[in-house]
Parts: sequence; structure tokens; C-alpha cells
Amino acid sequence: MAILPADASAAAIPDSTVRHRLDGQTVLRYVLIGLLGLFLYFFVLYPMSQVLWRSLLDNDGGFIGAANYVRYFSTPAIAASITNSLYVSVVAMIITVGLAFVYAYALTRTLMPWRGVFRVIAMLPIFAPSMVQAIAFVFLFGNNGIWTRTTGINIGVYGAKGIVMAEVFYCFPHAMLILIAALSASDARLYEAAAALGASRLKTFFTVTLPGVKYGLMSACFVVFTLVITDFGAPKIIGGKFSVMATEIYNQVIGQQNFTMGATVSVVLLIPALVAFVVDRLVQRRQYALVSSSAKPLEPRKNPLVEGGLFAYCVIIAASITSIYLVTLVVSLVARWPYNLTLTLKHYSFDAVGVWTRLFGTVYVYTPLLNSIYVSLLTAVVGTAIAFIGAYLVEKCRTVASTPLYMISLLPLSIPGMVLGLAYIFTFNVSGSILNRLYGTLAILIISNLVHYFTVPFLTATTSLKQMDAEFENVAASMGVPFYKTFWRVTVPIALPSIIAISMYFFLNAMVTLSAVVFLVAPGTELAAVAVLLMDDAGDTEQAAALSVLIVAVGLAVRFVYWLAMRRVTRRAQAWTQTAPDQLTVMGTGSLA
Amino acid sequence: MASPEPRPHAVDLDGIAKKFGSVVALKSISLSVGDAEFVCFLGPSGCGKTTLLRIIAGLERQNVGVVGMAGRDVSSLPPSERNYGIVFQSYALFPNLTVAQNVAYGLETRRVPRARIAERVDELLDLVHLRPHKHRYPAQLSGGEQQRVALARALAPSPSLLLLDEPLSALDARVRQSLRLEIKALQRRLGITTIMVTHDQEEALTMADRIVVMNHGVVEQIGSPFEIYTEPSTLFVARFVGHMNFIQATAGEKPGWARVGSVELRHRPGPRLPVGSRLTLAIRPEEILIGPAARDGENRIVTRVCAIQFLGAFSRLGLALPGETTPTLECDVAVNALAEVGVREGAELPLALKPEALRIFSDGG
Repeated sequence: MAILPADASAAAIPDSTVRHRLDGQTVLRYVLIGLLGLFLYFFVLYPMSQVLWRSLLDNDGGFIGAANYVRYFSTPAIAASITNSLYVSVVAMIITVGLAFVYAYALTRTLMPWRGVFRVIAMLPIFAPSMVQAIAFVFLFGNNGIWTRTTGINIGVYGAKGIVMAEVFYCFPHAMLILIAALSASDARLYEAAAALGASRLKTFFTVTLPGVKYGLMSACFVVFTLVITDFGAPKIIGGKFSVMATEIYNQVIGQQNFTMGATVSVVLLIPALVAFVVDRLVQRRQYALVSSSAKPLEPRKNPLVEGGLFAYCVIIAASITSIYLVTLVVSLVARWPYNLTLTLKHYSFDAVGVWTRLFGTVYVYTPLLNSIYVSLLTAVVGTAIAFIGAYLVEKCRTVASTPLYMISLLPLSIPGMVLGLAYIFTFNVSGSILNRLYGTLAILIISNLVHYFTVPFLTATTSLKQMDAEFENVAASMGVPFYKTFWRVTVPIALPSIIAISMYFFLNAMVTLSAVVFLVAPGTELAAVAVLLMDDAGDTEQAAALSVLIVAVGLAVRFVYWLAMRRVTRRAQAWTQTAPDQLTVMGTGSLA
Repeated sequence: MASPEPRPHAVDLDGIAKKFGSVVALKSISLSVGDAEFVCFLGPSGCGKTTLLRIIAGLERQNVGVVGMAGRDVSSLPPSERNYGIVFQSYALFPNLTVAQNVAYGLETRRVPRARIAERVDELLDLVHLRPHKHRYPAQLSGGEQQRVALARALAPSPSLLLLDEPLSALDARVRQSLRLEIKALQRRLGITTIMVTHDQEEALTMADRIVVMNHGVVEQIGSPFEIYTEPSTLFVARFVGHMNFIQATAGEKPGWARVGSVELRHRPGPRLPVGSRLTLAIRPEEILIGPAARDGENRIVTRVCAIQFLGAFSRLGLALPGETTPTLECDVAVNALAEVGVREGAELPLALKPEALRIFSDGG
């Protein structure tokens, strides 16, 4: 027996490892990783670099350094958009998280009736573009709103006030979901200890409940802040002369054809979104350590007094949310709100913007709505495939490229839609470039959607892949089974609940998004959300409401189909795993945010 | 121990070294595994035994060294072309496939006819006594049953080498014991070359034909379980395998003698050390003689009984050497012998340390 106990030091061992012969499978893996890299380069990195570059040029393409920034900060009319944006974002954030916390607390920590109903109602805003809230507030509190006409009091809804009101409703479900998750992950043993030590309910709340959800609260704050500061729809509809950064980009690009100033505002808008994103990632990393695996879930106890108060609160919130959609629905169905309340379907004729497409026979469909469904469907299918396979390549095929690909995949979450849309103009609206072929097609709308919403599905897929035994691939390799066969027969079936949740997330977001695509639609490729904006711009607000109703209806219908699919998958999965239902409660809710 | 047959070894490792960043996991490991042999890599966590197994499997790539299988250099082959079956501590069963589908998994890509696959699956499930469970999902089985499915799955494609990575560590003690015997019997019956990684010395002693004791990325000793237990070649092996008493001593003037306090003890022949240099004597608790057996033995000393620990079939005595108050020796005594000798706590107990049992290690290696 030859033993060479040569005491080799680290320096004596070469850094390189013995190479394995390249087989077909390895080559295939490298090719796929390369394709993912190309995708991220052409649709994320390169367009974003174009925005940065353009902000340093004048409109004739000459390099002028930071002159655009100097002009931006020194022109009061434009610079105001920064403080305006920060103001509405912070105010909306405080109100939304405050309201959503009490609501989520009532849903998770009490036994009050109708908890399921309250939860479903609060999810409604997920299914509507952010414009819908704003349109509804115009009908309620605008110059001709029903409140203004019946009471004679004009609350001055156009401006900061209206934006904040609309954003609070728009962001409410996102904050609620995060807080429900945070409040559900509680440890009953802490409450037992507090009770045993004689702490009062109030003291327990401040010493146990609040510290336990502080990371959830922070996360909710960042998400709401980012949603508001990057939102374009609500401020466009109800902002009036109150300019925020997202609308400023639109005004510069569409109104004044000043692309470089648009790029400059975009770069500045990137900063708060990027900061919120980075801080949120740091905070979330800590949250995992907060609840130990031995924690006992908290069983809420009956407390009629508290429950009564919270029930009344939830009724008020749920009623407010419902009334927004009810107003939109009613407006779309009556002749002339609020003067003539005769029922009519004339607002569904959509004759102001866009055209109708003949599907077959005498069945016509409103083209923008058809486009939206088509684009959302393809975004869901293609986006889910890219996000899941991408996460698989990054997570399960470790190479030197893994970490950079992971970092770039996180980037889209911090890119505001307006900025992405402008970046795509710079990248794809270049005459003579091969990329120009995409411009004005539905394909570019699909690509912009799946990049815009890429990060959350990618992270969801990564999480579900991480939960799988790392040795699956090794076992399969030892038996000579190619990795793609194991991917198809094992990885995908196990991750099916996540995959379904991901595709739903893509579909619903693609259905309601406005910000990125508003720059990219062309004659013939209008989307429903953009049509809503154009109708409202043209003064056809009732038609805008009617189209919004249809967008929500499509979203709800699709959500129902997903619910059925999810139920089937869970039932099947229950035979072999206990973890599938857990995933459902977190992700089957409509939004992954 | 290497067989004199001209047949090539099942596995040949030559100068394997591996580092992760600047941390050295393996320092030039060379060893061979004979055909149909059951070899255990034994060592504490972090000793490099799992890394070595994964290098053999091709799941980890060595920085230097050659992996040979059946006389062929396989260093550059990807895992799929090395022809082995592997079982992990976590079982790594595919949760969405039934027991039968799991076992059939490696057969399906080999263009084996369906009927033959079904036959082979039944054959293997019979081997691990799980045929009645063939249509269940892994989550519906106990841990021990799951690990038997994993074993059947690894064996299904008839590999020439079986790799077991801590296969019993996740199981509770009782299941572990019975599965030890089952795996060993199966290995004998199939005559399949097997390498198992474990940190459990009892497991290694009961299952292996040969044990490779590893520490800090080097091989400390290779030998049969009997050799490893009776003739530990280093202080580390003596400490790691079985129970051992260590006595600090200095080399005596006469060769073969060591001095402990005021007592001179004769020990096994060992390396000749300069007079007065520090050394360690080692003896197993069951090798210490007491009572009548100790009366006319060599190396007689009188100790004091500090503690009696009842362990069922025998009791373990804590004994203080002359002039000391804390126990430095442990001695295992059968329960009936205990009464015969009349051991009491606090009483003096004469004993003999057989020179043949008294191993010597120079300090520092």
C-alpha cells in the first residue's frame, strides 16, 4: 500500500483542477447559460447603459458631461418633480403601511368572521392598472364628482392629495400580503412567556408583536415606496399640474421630444428605487433568522372587544376598496355620470381610441384588449420558462457565471418601468440596427414585460429550487441520466406550484402595466392599459372606465382559472409531499411582491 | 493486505490533492480498493473523507492526482461515464416518483425493454425487502425504508462500484444497527466493490473489510478493523477508534520501560526514545487486569477507585494513579467480577497493566 503523507501546503497544490472531458450535456449547459447571459445583456444591461450614456449627451448626440443634470436641478419647474415624488411616496407609504398593518393584524391574529372575504376584497387592486383608482377618485371627488356635486365641497383632488389617495389603494394589497406573511410567522412561546411574566396586552404588543414584524414592516415600506415613486398611471390621471418624476419623464419624451432630459430624470429616478431595493435585500436577509424552526405557531384567542373594533375597521376598508370598483363599474354602465343614470352599454363601444379586430364570423374584439391578452399570455409562458430555467441554470449548474447572472437578474426589480421603456427606445429605435426590427412589434412589449417583472419570479424559482435536495442531479448523473431528463421528470413536477404562481404573476402584471409599454406601443400594437390612458387624455373618461372594467374582468377570470389549476396540482402533490400547500399560502395569492 | 492477484484494483487513487480556495482538504492521498472489497473512509467531520468520495464519483474535481477504476484512468471522465451507484445521507429520492419509478430511473435511459425493467425493479425490491411498498411514494416510507430504496436505485443499473456517503447518519440508532447488517450482507452477496464514508467508528468496525482512517486531509492508517483497533499506528487513531486510556510518561533508562511518576512500567516494543523524553502510554479499558488475574502479572500498580459507572453488562471504573486524586484510568469490569473483587468507591484496587497491551506513542506524533 503506497501512502504518500507528503505534507503538501496550499501553495504546493496548483489552483487549477483536473478537467473533465466535455460531453454533450456539459456543452448544452454552457450554451444555455450563454443564452441567458445574452438575454440579460441585450435586454437589461445594454439598454440601461444607453440611458446612462444618453443623459450625458445633448439632443444632437454631442457629449456635454453633467450639463443635463445641472439643468435639471437648476430649473425649478423640473426639479420640483424630485421633491414632489419623494413627498407623495413617503406620505403614501406611511398611510398605506399603517392601514395595511391593522388590516393584516385583524386577519391573522383574531378569530373575527369574514377573514377570507376581507382578504379577497383587499386583493382587488392587484387586478387593475393604477389608473383605475385615480379615475374613480375623479368621479367621486373631481370637479364633477358625485361628492363635490352633492355636498358642494371641492376637496381639490387633482394634485398631491389625489395621487396619495389613489396610491394608497393601489399599494394596499402589496403591503397587506407582506404584513400577513410577517404576522403569520410568529412564535407562540414568546407570547406564553410574556403572559407568564404578567405583561399586559399593550405591553406584549409593543415588546413582542412589533419587534417580531419589524423586518416585515420595513419590507412593506420599501415595496410601497418603490411602487409609488415609480408609478406613472395614477399621477398622470389625477396629478393635474403636480409633476412627479415618472410623469416628468413622459412629458420630456412624449411632450417635448427631449430625450436626453428624459434620460437624465430617469437616472435620478433610478437612485431612490435602487437604494430602497438594496436596503430591502439586506433587511430580508435578516428576517429569515428571526423565527426559529422550533417555533410554535400562534393560535389566536377570542377577544370580543378587540375583534368588534377590528371587524368594524375591516368593513370600512373593504367597503372603500369595493366602492372604487363599484363606482368604475357604474360609471361605465350609465349614460352620463352623475347627471343621467340610465343604463347603457354605449361606453363599451370604444370608438375613441384604437380599432376592433374580427376574430371570426361576426365576432369582433377590441384590438387593444386582444393585444393585452395575447401579450400577457406570451409573457406568462415565455417569462415563466426563462425565469425558471434561468434560476435552474444559476442555482444547479454552478459556474463562474452564476454569481454575475444572479446579480443581473435582481437588477430589473429596481428599474422603474418608465426608465426601462425609455431604455428600450434608445436600444431598439435605432435605424439601421438589427435590433430595430423589434421596434413597433408585440414582441418588444412581451420582452419589456418579462424583463420588467423578471426578478420576483426568478427569486421565487430560486427559492423553490434551493428547497430541493442538491444531490438529485448527482444521483441522476451517476446513473447516466441526462440533466434535462431529470429537470423535466423531477425538478419541474416538484416546483409546479411555484411555476404556476410565477406564470400568474407575469400574466396579471402584464395585463395592468402601463409604465414601460407606454413608450413602446405603436399603431396596431396598442395595449388596453395604454388605451385607458389615451381615452382619459382625450376626455372619454367613461370609456376609460369601461375598458378598466374589462381589464379587471379578464384578470379575475384568469385568477379563477389559476385557482382551479393550483387546486388540482396541490391535490396531486399532496400524495407525495407536505410542503406544497405551504408554498401555496405564500404565493398563490395573486402577487408575489 | 493487497491481494496478490494480477486483477486490477477496483479503485486506484494516486496522489490526490484538493483545496478549496486556500484551505487544503486533501494532501496527496494514494490508496487502492480491491475487487469486491468493502472499504470505509473513517474520520471526524472536516477530515476530507467526503471530498475524497466525491472526487472518486467525479462530483468534485481534484487539483492533482489520478483516479483509476479497474485499471483505467477515469480522471477526465464526467460522473455519468464512471459506472458507479451512489447513496447519500439525505437519501435524495425523487419525491414525486413512486418507489418502483425511483428504482427504475437509471434503467430507463439504457434502452432496456419495459418488461425487463419491471423484472429488475422487482428483483431489487425483493433484495431490500420492499416489494410490497413499490407503489408508494418516498414520503410514505420510514427513514430506513427510504434509504433501502436509495440503495436499490443505486444498484439497479448494475454498477461496478457502490459509493455510500454517510448512508446511516440520518437514521435512529435501532434502524441504523439493523441496516448495517443488511447492507453488509447485500454487499457480500452481490460481491460489489463498496466505499463507505462514515464518522462512526463502530459502523466502520462492524461493516468494513478495510478501514482508511483520515484526519486533516491525510491518511492516518489503513488496515482491517482488527488491526485498526488493536494496533493503532498513531495517537490520533488510538484516540478516535474505540475507548483508550492515555498515561503521560517519560522514557526510562532501560529500553522498553517508561516512567510514570515514581513507577516504572514495561511497555510494548516501540520506537527508542532518548531517556527522559515525554511519551504517551495507551491501554484499552478492557485490557486492564484486576483481582486474581492482576496478582502475579507484570506492571502491578495500586490505584484508588474514584467512580463506578454502571453501563449494563459491565461497569466502568474511574481509577486514580498513586499520588493522584482525579481518575486518569478507566477500567471495564464485568458485573459478576465486580462483586468477586469487591470494588468499592474510595477503596484501593491493585491492578496489572500487561506490557503487551501497553502501547507507546512518542508525543507529537
